Parts: sequence; C-alpha cells; structure tokens
Amino acid sequence: MKLDVRIHGRGGQGVVTAAELLSVAAFDQGLHAQALPSFGSERTGAPVTASCRISDRPIRSHDPVSHPDLVMVQDLTLLRDPAVLAGLPDDGTVLVNTRRDLADLARGGLVMGPAQHWVTVPANDLSRELLGRPLPNTALIGAVVGITGLLEPEAVAGSIRRRFAGLGEHVADANVRLAELAYDLVATQTRGSGTHA
Amino acid sequence: MTTTPLRLYQVGTFAAGNRLLDPSERTVQSSADRASSITSGHRACRGCGEALAARVVMDAAMRATGGRLVTVNATGCLEVFSTPFPESAWQVPWLHSLFGNAAAVASGVAAAMRATGRDDVRVLAQAGDGGTVDIGLGCLSGMFERNDDVLFVCYDNQGYMNTGVQRSGATPAGASTANTRPVGSGIGNAFGTGKNLPRIAMAHEIPYVATATIADLHDLEAKVTSAMSRRGARYLHVLVPCPLGWGSDASDTVRVARLATQSGLFPVFEAEHGTVTQVTPIRRRVPVEEYLRLQTRFRHLFTEPGRPDVVAALQAQADRDIARYGLDPEEES
Amino acid sequence: MRRQLEGSLAVADTVARCRPRVVAAYPISPQTHIVEALSELVASGGLAPCEYLTVESEFGALSACIGASAAGARTYTATASQGLLFMAEALPNASGLGLPMVMTVANRALGAPINIWNDHSDALSQRDAGWLMLFASSNQEAVDLHVQAFALSERTSLPVMVCMDGFVLTHAVEEVDVPEQEQVDAFLPDFHPRQSLDPDHPVTIGAMVGPEAFTEVKYLMAHRQLRALDEVSAVAQEFESAFGRTSGGLLQPYRTDGAELVVVALGSVLGSLADVVDELRDEGLAVGALGICCYRPWPFDEVRDALRGVTDVVVVNRAVAVGSGSILGQDVRLSAPRGTAVHDVVLGLGGRPVTRDVLRRLVLDVVTGRVGSDSLTFFDLDHDRAAAELARELADTVPANGGGS
Repeated sequence: MKLDVRIHGRGGQGVVTAAELLSVAAFDQGLHAQALPSFGSERTGAPVTASCRISDRPIRSHDPVSHPDLVMVQDLTLLRDPAVLAGLPDDGTVLVNTRRDLADLARGGLVMGPAQHWVTVPANDLSRELLGRPLPNTALIGAVVGITGLLEPEAVAGSIRRRFAGLGEHVADANVRLAELAYDLVATQTRGSGTHA
Repeated sequence: MTTTPLRLYQVGTFAAGNRLLDPSERTVQSSADRASSITSGHRACRGCGEALAARVVMDAAMRATGGRLVTVNATGCLEVFSTPFPESAWQVPWLHSLFGNAAAVASGVAAAMRATGRDDVRVLAQAGDGGTVDIGLGCLSGMFERNDDVLFVCYDNQGYMNTGVQRSGATPAGASTANTRPVGSGIGNAFGTGKNLPRIAMAHEIPYVATATIADLHDLEAKVTSAMSRRGARYLHVLVPCPLGWGSDASDTVRVARLATQSGLFPVFEAEHGTVTQVTPIRRRVPVEEYLRLQTRFRHLFTEPGRPDVVAALQAQADRDIARYGLDPEEES
Repeated sequence: MRRQLEGSLAVADTVARCRPRVVAAYPISPQTHIVEALSELVASGGLAPCEYLTVESEFGALSACIGASAAGARTYTATASQGLLFMAEALPNASGLGLPMVMTVANRALGAPINIWNDHSDALSQRDAGWLMLFASSNQEAVDLHVQAFALSERTSLPVMVCMDGFVLTHAVEEVDVPEQEQVDAFLPDFHPRQSLDPDHPVTIGAMVGPEAFTEVKYLMAHRQLRALDEVSAVAQEFESAFGRTSGGLLQPYRTDGAELVVVALGSVLGSLADVVDELRDEGLAVGALGICCYRPWPFDEVRDALRGVTDVVVVNRAVAVGSGSILGQDVRLSAPRGTAVHDVVLGLGGRPVTRDVLRRLVLDVVTGRVGSDSLTFFDLDHDRAAAELARELADTVPANGGGS
C-alpha cells in the first residue's frame, strides 16, 4: 500500500504545510510517511511544489515524487504548466481547488489526460466562509482523505489541531471543519457527476 | 612576598619617585609581586612600544582581576615575538587563532566562561591596528554590538609592521610606508583616509572606550584597571611607536609617544556609553613638527624643498582635535 | 521517541540533548531552521546553561566556537555553502589547534551562479581542512550522527562536520527517533578538554611554529586523522549497543555481496539508490551500493575491501572539481582495486533531483557501455542546451572572415 502525492500551489498557500499535515496524519495512524518541500526563495505568490509519500513500509528515498498517484492543485492558474501533471499515470487523480465544475474546466482547455480522475473542490470559497480568508489548504487535505480512503479522518483532524493549536482553538476548529466539509463534498462528487471518467 | 627596604641612593630618581608615592598610587610595574605576564627574553625589536604596552596592560589587568584572566591574541608582531615554538613569553592563559578574529574568539571564550560557571575569569583580547581597524573590524564590531564581556586592546603602531611596514587604516596622512612611498609629487599616505577606531567604538555606545599611550604608564594602568572594573564590551586604544616602521630612534619610543599627545595628534581621553567623560590635557603644547621630525617616515616633509603645506595640514588636524576634545587647558578656560 | 518532524528540528532537539554550552551561528539557507530552533531553546532556558551568540558572520561564528572550545565548553555551530567558505580560514585553525566542536553543514551548492539548493560542493571543497566529515543518508542518521560526533570530537580532540543534504533532509518531514535525554547523557560523558584556557594552569595555545618543527606537527596531524578511523567505527558500534540501531560508521554497503557493479555515493541519495538496487536485483542485475558515511578521514582499506571483486564502480559525484574532474571519484580511485573500471559521474548539482529514474538509467547506461570509465561524465545533462551555448561562444570568439560581430 502506498500513496504518493504531489502538491502544486503558490507561496503563501501552505503547500509545504499541506504535505506535512498529510504526513503527520499518516504517521499518527501507524503508517510511514514523508513530506518533502522543494523550496525556492521565500516569496509569496511564486509557484511552489511539495511531495508527500505515505506507505505501510519504511520510506528510504528522498527524491521528490515524480510518479504521483494524486496531484493536488491549489491554484487553478498553475494547471497550464505541463509540469503539474508530469508523471501522473492514466489512473492517477487530479484534485483542483476551483469553484468551476469539470465541464467548465474542460471548455477552458484546462483538462488534459482524459483517462485521469478529476475532482474539483471550491476550497477558497469554503475557507473564506469559515476562516474569512482564502486558505485552501485544510479543505484540500480533507478532499484527499475523501478521495483516497487511506487516512482516518480522526488522524487528519488531530494533525490539523496540533498544527494550528498556537493560533487558538477556534482557528483549529475551523480548519478541522473545513477538512470535514471538503471530505463530504468529495464523497458526494465521487458518487455523483463531478468525476471525469 | 618580602621586599627589601629601598634606600634612595640605590636607584635613579624615576624609580625612587614611584616608591615615594602613596602605595595606592604606585604603578603595578613598581610592585615586586606584579604578574610579569610577559616575561623577558621575547623577540621584540629594541625600543618596541608594543612590548612595553602589552606588559603594562597585562600586568595591570592581572592585578585588577586577581589573576583570573585569559587573553586572546590576534596575529601580528606581539604574537610572533612572544611565542616562537617551543618557547612562550606568556605567564597567562593565551590563545592565538587568526589575524582577523581575535574579538570573536574572545567572545567565545567569555561565553564559555559564563556557560560553565566561571564568570570570575575575565577576557582580554589584543591586536595590532591591522587586526583591529582593518581585517578584524567585522568581528570587533560584532563583539561591541553584542556587548560581550571582553576588553579589547588595540596596540596601534599605525601600520603593518610585521609584514614590512605597509599602510593600514590607522596610518596617518603624510606617512611614508612600504606601499605609500612619497614618490613624484606624492606626500606618502593620503589625507582623507583611515579610520578613527575609538570614535567607531563610541558609536556602538559600549560601556567604556579609552585611549592611552606608553608615554604615561600610570594613565595606561589606570585605564586598564577602570576597564576591568566594568562588565560588557570595552575598548582601549594604545598608541605604541614602532622604531622600525616609524624610523625613530629606539631610545626615543617614549618621547615620540609623548610628543604625539603633546602635539594634539593623539588625543587621550575616556568615554562611557558613547560620551567623552574625561580628557588628559596637554601639559606643554608643541607644534606637530616637533613630533614629525623625530621620524624618518615623515622625512620627505622636511627635506628640500619640503612640504610645509602637508605639515600645516597635519597641524590643522591636531588643532581640530585639541578643540574637539578640549585638550588645551589654556584654550579651554 | 519516534516523532514525525522536520529534519532540522530533529537535529536541533538532538544537539540540545548533547548539552552544548556555547552555540554561535550566522543564518544561511538551508541551515536556518536548526539554529533558529536552538536559539529558542536557549532563550526559553530549555538548554541552560548555554550561551547563544548571534555573530556578525560565519567567520565570527567559527571563531567564537574556537574561543569557546579552547575555554573548555562543548561547542556547536551550523552553516552551509558560502558560509562554510567564509569560515575557510578558521577551519584548519580549529583542527590544527586540536579543538573539539561539532558543526552541521546543510549541504548546498557554491556560487557563482548563486544557488541555494543541495549538492556537496561546499563540504567537499573543505575536505583537506583537517575536520572529520560524516555524511548522513537520512534524518534518523543525521540525528544519530550528531550524538556520535560530539563523542568522536571529544575523544579525538578534533572538530567534526556532520553533513546533511540541504532542503532534501533539513526540510524533509519524516519519522525520526530523537534520542531521549537520559540516553544521550549515558552515551556522552561530560566534556573534559585536553587543553583549556585556565588561569590556574596557564597554557599557550597557537604558538608560531617555524620550519624546524612544522613538518613534524603536520605529520602528527595526518597521523591523528587516520587514527580517528578506528574511533569512528568504535563510536558507531557503541552507539548501536546503546541505542539499538545502526547509524554511522565508516561505510554502508548495500547488497554488495556478489555485486559486479557497485554505485558509490554520499548522503541522502543512498535511500533512492537502495530502492533502485532492489529493483535491478529483481531484474537479475548483480548491482549493489556503497554509502560513504565517513568521508574524512578516508577509509582507504575498507573501501578497497568493499570493492574487491567488483568489475565496475560508478561514483555519484554531487560536486565538480573544475579543471580536474571529480572529488569523491578521485578518492574512490585511490582505493579501487587494480583492474576495476571506475565510472566517474557528476549529477544532482544545485538541487537537480537525483530521482530513482535517473539512478536506474545511470546504472543501465554503465551496463550497456554508454557511460565510460576514461573520463568524467555529466549525467542528466541537457546536452542540447550546453552544445548550443558552446557553439554560440565559439561564434563570438572566432569571427568568420575576421569581420562582423
């Protein structure tokens, strides 16, 4: 059992934090995990990627994920970069932070690789509602949990709580709630018409 | 320690004079139980101002700290002449690392003493002017701004004497050095260059900054003692004539130092937290020429046709500092 | 306790448990997280008694460490890249004076061009500075090596550099068993320096040595370094008995038994390499990997023994010695048994990832004769781009018919 995730976003969106949160949740439920940032200089808005490996066996390698099972796209504008989907196999999953539905994305020429499994989550909107700011991170993590079924929602909630504990309980709560909302949304979407088969 | 009672007819008047002073005012050097931190037999040139200053500074610091002293030495004449392996002139714990890092090494020693519960051990760093104002300035400034508990002593002989008398950032204008020869219409070291490290130290607003010369050993000892009575970063800048580099007679070292102060070219003062608190007034003011003429590094200013303009400019510099520090008691009143 | 945390924080926690008395550091990516965490521990009193010096430069950092170590305090610093070079003058001073201390190098490329990402140019450029140099292959090993490094340093009275790949390890979040305080205390005795600045027993440290004795002093330094090989092995063995896991030591062979081809490497690439070796073994290729954990002193005999019977050795160099070839490759050549073909390969410079795909392709290219052993090979190179640039330079410097620009 293994899950390799690659996260694409922009500086300030919490790309590195997302990878870390996933890895900590996996570790907490007894799996092996690794989060690897690929850093640039610390500039807000610049494209950033991070990798997360989860496995039931110890992880030895430290290279960035080049054959992801799932690609998380935190900023829709990054989709035009061919590097975002590089190495994604035909049965891989693309999770996109957008309020647009898949058909709309396809019309915009943003959906490539028709065999892949696409999931959209309006993470910015959800975050604006709960946190007052568009921080798509925890919602997208909830979505990963929903899509893969690999991580226990409680482990993810615990990892989020610990991470945001310093910012006050209400922030931690709101982030956990965000993850749950996205989790539910994805559950509906994968059952409904949102998937791109 | 037992001492033999002194009979006046046994010694010259200077030494006897010292012993006629009240015991509290006598110099450390006059005491038979001084630390002798630097023993005789080292390899300094005859007439070396730095060797004299270092001995006086170290012994005074040893007395002030009750012998609880560690010293860090930058590369330079003092280091070279005092430690030709397998010999060492040092009777105190002594560490030499590099040319430009004495201040940082001393900071490390002080930190280690604090962290290992030996706060009673004090740290004194010493360097020449090159190791202070030039290559060592970065580390020194860091030590100042962190206010580390170190007394940094600069023995200023106004050039790189150890490497053959090249100019440093402390070389005065008009001086001839191995790389500022007064060739053609040149005057030697140019005006408008160099740095005034006591003032740079004061700009860091450290607890104590002082200048001194080997012409007044009482004053030098008093300043070391004062410095060691305080904690934090302290800086002492000592003018030490170098017969080799200055082209002065070995027997004139003290005289040259005295003329540097009496001409106003080297102001002697103390400052606390960035403000001058004490100056040593000039006793008998002399024109700078009297100081310059004793040194072959300024000879080109006086050989035909001479450079009265340069001498006048140096005199102006001295006059400015005399006014700035209030060194002339008559002018002041 | 096993924790999922960033490599830098794991190292900082471990260093703290080694109870340094003086930490002096200057910030440089990717070392910053380590020293930030330590500064916080010092400020909060969690590391008392310890002094943290915020110095004005790396030169100042190492100089302060020299003073602190000479005064008898356990001393630590960390740096990377240009910072290590800014320390260059003080590096052989620390080793020459025989001052124990530990420094983490978060390996990063050297400029120009400026580049903040990982390779081994920084540490390898200082290979002759007289420091013991250990390379960590994972964050667990980085943590363990720091505990070992303090022990090694104080036993040999020599400074030790622990190299861990910048970003790749320092910023990786993975599970690490950070040694407990009691475990470290039991393993690491109090620091009793060989020489120390002490008013009760004055010593002169750093005297000037002339031609009449300098050669002998250097001979003794060289001798002491090589003798440290035994200590590296001994400390690693003691660590294993105390902590119940293998870390450090001189070499880390992986499936080299019966291997015809062995890939030699330093640092974090060894994990990916092990995965690739497993894959290729499954496919019937007799390949293995040899990790060098102790890079200085160089384990001549151990490397020779490990490579005995191997036909092809592939050296993964994550640094270039411009003008002469490789650095690690030259060390390996010293130890390669006669008749072994050494394929010297440069890759993974300035943060270009050394992926499993790249390593797999490298081994297969050696097997099929596409990577020779007569000269240095830049692997994973964009040949078209390099060729185009060379052609352009040629056109610029040799104007056709003596005219034009």
